[in-house]
Amino acid sequence: MLSRVAESIYWMARYIERAENLARFIDVTLNLILDQPTSQVPQWEPLVNTTGDEEFFKKHYGVASGENVIRFLTSDAKYSNSILSVLRLARENGRTVRESISSEAWEELNEFYHYVNAEAKSDTALNSPSDYFRNVKQHAHLFNGILDATLSHDAGWHFANLGRLMERADKTSRILDVKYFTLLPSAADVGTTIDDLGWSAVLRSVSGFEMYRRRFRSLRVKKVVDFLILDRAFPRAVQFCLSGAEWSMREITGSQPLTYRNAAERRLGSLKAELAYTDVYTIIARGLHQFIDDLQTKINSIGEGIHETFFAIRPVENTQSQLQKQA
Amino acid sequence: MQADHTFHKYDREQFYDELFDQNGQPRMGARVLINRINALPPGELKQRQSAIDRALLRMGITFTVYGNEQGTEKIFPFDIVPRIVEAEDWQVIEAGLKQRIEALNRFIADVYHNQEIIQANILPREILAKAKSYRQQCQGLKPPHGIWCHITGTDLIRHSDGKIYVLEDNLRCPSGVSYVLQNRMVMKSSFPQAFKDSCVRPVDSYPSRLYDTLSHLSPSQSPTIVVMTPGIYNSAYYEHAFLAQQMGVELVEGRDLVVKDGYVTMRTTDGFQRVDVIYRRIDDDFIDPQSFRADSMLGVPGLMEVYRRGNVALANAPGTGVADDKVIYAYVPDMIRFYLGEEPILPNVPTYVCERPEDRKYVLAHLDELVVKAANEAGGYGMLIGPHSTAEERDEFAHRIQADPRNYIAQPTLALSRVPVMVNGHFEGRHVDLRPYVLYGKEIWVLPGGLTRVALKKGSLVVNSSQGGGSKDTWVVAATESEMDE
Repeated sequence: MLSRVAESIYWMARYIERAENLARFIDVTLNLILDQPTSQVPQWEPLVNTTGDEEFFKKHYGVASGENVIRFLTSDAKYSNSILSVLRLARENGRTVRESISSEAWEELNEFYHYVNAEAKSDTALNSPSDYFRNVKQHAHLFNGILDATLSHDAGWHFANLGRLMERADKTSRILDVKYFTLLPSAADVGTTIDDLGWSAVLRSVSGFEMYRRRFRSLRVKKVVDFLILDRAFPRAVQFCLSGAEWSMREITGSQPLTYRNAAERRLGSLKAELAYTDVYTIIARGLHQFIDDLQTKINSIGEGIHETFFAIRPVENTQSQLQKQA
Repeated sequence: MQADHTFHKYDREQFYDELFDQNGQPRMGARVLINRINALPPGELKQRQSAIDRALLRMGITFTVYGNEQGTEKIFPFDIVPRIVEAEDWQVIEAGLKQRIEALNRFIADVYHNQEIIQANILPREILAKAKSYRQQCQGLKPPHGIWCHITGTDLIRHSDGKIYVLEDNLRCPSGVSYVLQNRMVMKSSFPQAFKDSCVRPVDSYPSRLYDTLSHLSPSQSPTIVVMTPGIYNSAYYEHAFLAQQMGVELVEGRDLVVKDGYVTMRTTDGFQRVDVIYRRIDDDFIDPQSFRADSMLGVPGLMEVYRRGNVALANAPGTGVADDKVIYAYVPDMIRFYLGEEPILPNVPTYVCERPEDRKYVLAHLDELVVKAANEAGGYGMLIGPHSTAEERDEFAHRIQADPRNYIAQPTLALSRVPVMVNGHFEGRHVDLRPYVLYGKEIWVLPGGLTRVALKKGSLVVNSSQGGGSKDTWVVAATESEMDE
C-alpha cells in the first residue's frame, strides 16, 4: 500500500487510542479522589507531568486544579494532545485515507469527532464527567470494533492495529507509572485500605479489575504490576500489546518469527523477548519507575523505526539502493 | 404561520416548473411523489430533511465555514424535493449529449493534429490561437483509442420555452458526481415507496462504469488504476476519495508518484509499484512541472514524457480544456455539422462572439439585457448579468470587451426553470440547472441522472455552490422496464 496511506492509517488508529487513554487517565484520577477526598497527595499534578508538557500547562493554566487539568486534557484546542485535538488529528488522517478505510469506520470517526467537538463547547467533561468519559471510551471501542469488522485484515488494517497497540502499550505503562508514584508515597501505606482502593481504581481505569481478580484474586502491588505489564492475555497489558504489534508487523513485512528485515522489527522483537523472559521480581528490584522509563524509551525507538522503515519519503536514488541492499 | 408542507398552495408563478405544468397539475413523473408528500403527517417532511442533514454530516460531506480552529462545519445544502426528468426529455438529453461528446472529442483530436476545422474555415485560426487553454505541448499526442475526453459533465438548462439548452461543456475535471450518488442514497432511505413507484432509473453503476472506462485505456488485463488528487485542501477532495473508494483503487497525491525507468510508479510500503492509468483530478497546468507550470508542487516531474511514450494513460487527456473556452463553445453546433454531418440535437444557448464585429456591435448596444462572460472563467466569476448591473459595471465591461474582444461572449438572460424547495415551512420555486455525466470508453454512456444545482436565494440565477447554491436528487423516469435493470 501507499506509504502515505499506511502512515495516515497508523496515526489515525494511534490518535483514537490516545483519546481513549486520556479519558481513562482522567477517569481513574476522578475516581481516586472520590475514594479518598481528604488525601493530601496531589492527584492532578502527576497527570500533567506525564504529558511532558508542564511548561505549556503552567503558562496557560497555572495551578494544577482538577478543573484546569480536565480542561487542559479534554477540550483545549490549543493543546495538541487534548482529547479534542487528537480527535481532530485522527479525523484529518482519516480524511486523507477515507478511500482506504470503510465508510462505516469513517462515519464513526466523524460522529466521534462531532461528539467531542460539541461537548468541548458545553464543558461536558467538567459538568458530567462520568458521561463524558464513558462516551469517549465507547466511541473509541465502537471505532475499533468497526475497523475490525468492516476492514479487510490486510496491510491497511495491520498498520491500524500496529498503531493502536503501540500507543496502548505506552499508555498502560504511563498509567501504572504515575499511579505507582502517587499511590506509594511511603512504604507505610502499602497494604492499607486506601492502597487497596487506589489499586483497584488503577485496574478499573484500564478495565482490568475483573480480569485481574480472575487471575490473582487478592490485591497486591506486585501482582498488579505483573498483570499490567506481563500478562499475555489481558488486552491492555504491555506484553499483550507488543505481541499483537509484532504479529501485525510480520504480517506487513512477511518476515519469519525470530528474524528481522528492518530496524523496527529488530527493536520490537528484542523488546518483546525482554518482556517474555523477565518477571515482576526483577522489575521491582530494579525499580518500577526506572523500568517503565526504559520501556518507554524503547517503545519510542520502535516508533521511530516504524517511521523510517515504512513511511519516510526518501529520494528515489536512495530508496533504490536500499531496495537493492535488501534484495 | 402554520407550517404547510403540502403543495396545495404552491405557486409556480410565471416560470417553467419541472414538477408542475402550466395548469398547476403535477407532471406525469412527479405525481406519485407529490401525492406522497401531500399525504405526510404535518412536520414529517421537516423531520426527514433533518435526518438527511444529519446523515450528510455523519458522512463528512461538509465544508468548514470559518477557520479550522473553530471547527464549525456545514453540509452542502441539500433540498429534499427531488427534480424529476420525464422519460421523453431524457431521451433527447441522452442522444444530444452522445452526439455532442463525440463531436467534441473529434474536435480536440483535430485541434492537436491536422486542424481540418480551420482549413475548412469553420473555426477562425485566431480564435484557436488565442484560446488560453490550448496546450501546444499536446500537439501530435495520440491518446489510447483516440479518446481525449473520458469524463464530462455538461451543464444544461431549461428555458421558459420548455426547451433544454447546453450552457457549458466541462471537459477538464468536472466534479459533482459523488453528490449524485450520495444524494440518491439518502433520498432512497427517505422516500423508499415513492421512489420505487416512480420508476426512477438507478445511478449506482457509475463507479463500475467509470472503472471500466479507465481500464479500457490500458492494454493490461488488470491495470493499476489510481485517482490523483491535489490533496485534502481541494474543495472536491471528498469526491476524489469517494470515487477511489467506490472503485477500489488508490487515491494518490503528486508526492506519492515518481517517474522511474520510463514508467510512473507509486511509493508503497514495499517499494515502487507501476501505475497504468491515472484519473487525474488536477488541472493540466499542474500535472507536470517539467512540461507545464514549473512552480507546481502538486504534479509529477516527467509525467508527460511517460504519457507521450504511451507508458501511462491519463483521463482526461491533457489539452481537453481547449473545448471549455466559452468562445469555442459557440462553435460546437458547427463542429457537430462538420465532423458528424448531423444537426445538433441539443441547441446551444444563443451566443454572441464579441470577436465578430457585428456581434460585438450588438452586444455593446444591449449590455443591459445580456449576460457577458469571459472566455476562461468558471464558478460564476468574471460575469456581467446585464439586467442586474449598474451603469458603471456596464461601462467597465464595454471597455474590457473593446480592449480584448476575443475574450468575451454574451448570451441573452435566460429564465431558468424552477423546482420547489422547502423554505420556512412551505414550498417556493427556485431556479435550477442540470449537470449530467458522460463517460467515453468502449462507447459513450450517459449516467441516467445528474446533479441538479439549485440557486437557494430567492430570485437568484446563480447555482454555483460557492455562491449560495445547493443540490437536489435528480430522478430520471424510466421509459421501459428494461431501463430499470442497468
